[in-house]
Parts: sequence; C-alpha cells; structure tokens
Amino acid sequence: MKICYYPGCTLKNHAKNFEDSTICSLNSIGVEVEELSRWNCCGTVFSLTTDDLIHHIAPIRNLIRVKEANYNKVMTVCAMCFNTLKRANERIKSDPESMDILNNFMDREEVQYEGDVQVFHLLEFLKDEIGFENLAKKVVKPLKKLKIASYYGCLLVRPKEIGFDDMENPTILDDLMEILGADSVDFPFKTECCGAYQTVDKPEIIADRTNRILTSAKDRGAQMVVVSCPLCAFNLDQRQKQTVEKYPEFKHIPVLYFTQALAIALGCPEETLRFDLNFIDPKPILKEKGLI
Amino acid sequence: MRINLSRKKIRDSFVDKVQELSGQNLLACYQCGKCSAGCPAVDEMDILPNQIIRFAQLGLKEELLASKAIWICASCLTCNARCPKGINIAEVIEALRQILLRNRKDHLKVEKLSDKEKEEIPPIALICSMRKFTS
Repeated sequence: MKICYYPGCTLKNHAKNFEDSTICSLNSIGVEVEELSRWNCCGTVFSLTTDDLIHHIAPIRNLIRVKEANYNKVMTVCAMCFNTLKRANERIKSDPESMDILNNFMDREEVQYEGDVQVFHLLEFLKDEIGFENLAKKVVKPLKKLKIASYYGCLLVRPKEIGFDDMENPTILDDLMEILGADSVDFPFKTECCGAYQTVDKPEIIADRTNRILTSAKDRGAQMVVVSCPLCAFNLDQRQKQTVEKYPEFKHIPVLYFTQALAIALGCPEETLRFDLNFIDPKPILKEKGLI
Repeated sequence: MRINLSRKKIRDSFVDKVQELSGQNLLACYQCGKCSAGCPAVDEMDILPNQIIRFAQLGLKEELLASKAIWICASCLTCNARCPKGINIAEVIEALRQILLRNRKDHLKVEKLSDKEKEEIPPIALICSMRKFTS
C-alpha cells in the first residue's frame, strides 16, 4: 500500500523526530509513504472569520497538489496541519460560491479544485485502514510496564465535525498505546489547551499550563506523555525549562510524539527515533524498561 | 469598572460587524457561563468569555477592543464545544481581533523577537502567532 503524505513545515526541522518515526513505523508495517512534491505551509490555523477567504488558499493549494500527484486522499500527522487542511476543505465544499472565488483567484493552477480530496490523520489510518488488531500483531517490542499519558490537545478533536474522536473524552491515542503494550494513564487535562502560539511572546503562560497539565499526568502515575502536535510538543517539552524556573517543585517528565512510541514498539532503529530533538531525555526510562 | 450603556451603543454598526464577521447570533446567549467555566485561559483574562458575549450584545466597543482577554484566547474551541446554545464564542473573539488587525493594530511585534527566540521557537508557533496577531 502507498499513501500520499503532507508533512508540514515543522516536521522538516524541529519535529524531524516526528517525521522520521512516522515514516519508519509505516514502512515497517508495509506502507510506502510518498511525500507530496511542492507542498506549501498550510497556514497553521483555520481562519475563523466568515469573509476571510484568502487564507484558505494555502491549504487548498496543497489539496490541488494531491490531485496532481494522482491521489484522492492525503495523510498528515501534525494536528494543526490536519485541522487546517480538513477544515478549509470542508469550508469550501459546503459553499460553492467560495469555491468558485478561490478557483478564479488561482487561475494559474491547471487543476480546478472541487473539494474532492480527503484529508486524514495517521491515527485514523492506523485504526480504520490497518486496524489496531492487525497493528498489534506487528509489535516486536511491547512497551511493557511503561505508563503513558496521552495528551490530545485541541485540534485533533475540535471542532466535532473535524475531529475523529469524542471531543470531551477522546481515547484513540490511549487505545493505541495499549495496543503497543503500554499501560495507558487517563488524566483530566488531556484535552486542555497548552497555550499554543502564546509561547512566542508570553512563555510565562505556557509555564502555568505545562505545570498544570504535566503535574496532573505525573500525579496519575505517568512516566511519559505522548502528543501529536509539534506546538504542544514544544510547549510541554522544551518549555519545561521555563516551567521549572517558575515552579521549582515541578518534576520533569519526557514528552514524545506518539509515533516515537509506535516506532519503538515496531522495532525501528534508534536513529529514526531522533531523541536528540527531545528536550527532556526519554532514554533513561526507556533503558530502565529494556526498550532501547 | 464603570460601564455606561446606551441605545446608541446597542444599535451601533459595531454589533452588526461582530455578528457578520463571526457568523454568530449574539442574542442567542443566555449567560449560563459554561464557556468561562471551561476556558483554560480565564486566569489571565480581564473580561471572561461569557462577558465578552454580553459586552458585544450591548455594543461596548471600547471595552472589548481594549481588553487583554481577546489576545489571551488561543482559539482552543473548548467554549464552542460546550455552549448549550451552539454559539461559537471563539469566532466572536476572532472577529474582535480582526476588527483591530484590519485597522493595522498589530498585537505582535515580530521585529522585537531576538534571533535566539526565532531560532528556538518552531515555525509552527511563529507562523501561528503571526497569523493571529498581525494584519
């Protein structure tokens, strides 16, 4: 099986560990990944004002690239890219007038966009296309006795029409961690916003959120937290530096992309895990559990 | 805070503009407060989400456009998910930010970020912040 993949900007630099672990995991279960050529930034956020059509151009252009590559579906792993691409697609699909305006604006494009590309997330693909029960059979290194808290954040689950799980109590990541052999730790802050882009000019707010979210996961016994968004990852992992400065009693906890946990369980080599990009080193706990 | 109400403010085109940009019917709100109860950002807000809706209904343009709260909201959409009247509160707050941004009142001064910050902060955060905070 071969799938079309849209990486998004951050997966090529700060979140290279997200990309490499995704590709190795998919390859190891027999799925070939074809990266979209000439993709551009999706814009990171879906425009919420009714008249702001111009900002839907960036995501829609990527969907045109998907059609040009002869696919009708595209996979993303970044929660923000997923949300922006899928929402822009739904927005113009439900409004033919906007679709015409956008197509007229993009008159140099050879392909007319008709809302005919489906955007899906890796988690949906693993659950619905591969099947968690089939995935379980491919696990070579079960994450035994590892207590993992899954953090969903905002954009994987909200709004309801876009998300692929329950908005208030999503479980897809927890289910995946259980399939991989880990003990999943439920905690009340799993869909609480990390503060997102406030990290740029108000890192002190992020310190509060990170303290609240991660302390809750730790209090429930978690030994690590998994995420699916490079912005959540930055706030919950790198910003632990500012968190401990503001809250000296705060205890560090490793934050991994869910695909890093997946890649370990599927036996991917350590160089594809790229732990050098994780701020809080997950290696000690992984060594203790005999996983690396 | 002293607040002056007037028919003039309530009938001001500002109220229509907020409804138009957000696509929301402000009068649907019955002030249950669920949006503010679930909002993770209320600690840092000067006007809470349910108050933002009330202020918008009343045309309190100056108070809303000068508030800190509209820049603290990160559009996490928890309020939208929980509103029993189906109002998208985050869209209303976006409309308020847009009214300022469209008048070239940028909130983020990109030029003030140091090279170290620009290198350390991932593109996803920088682009997002510029999309939300600059015109």
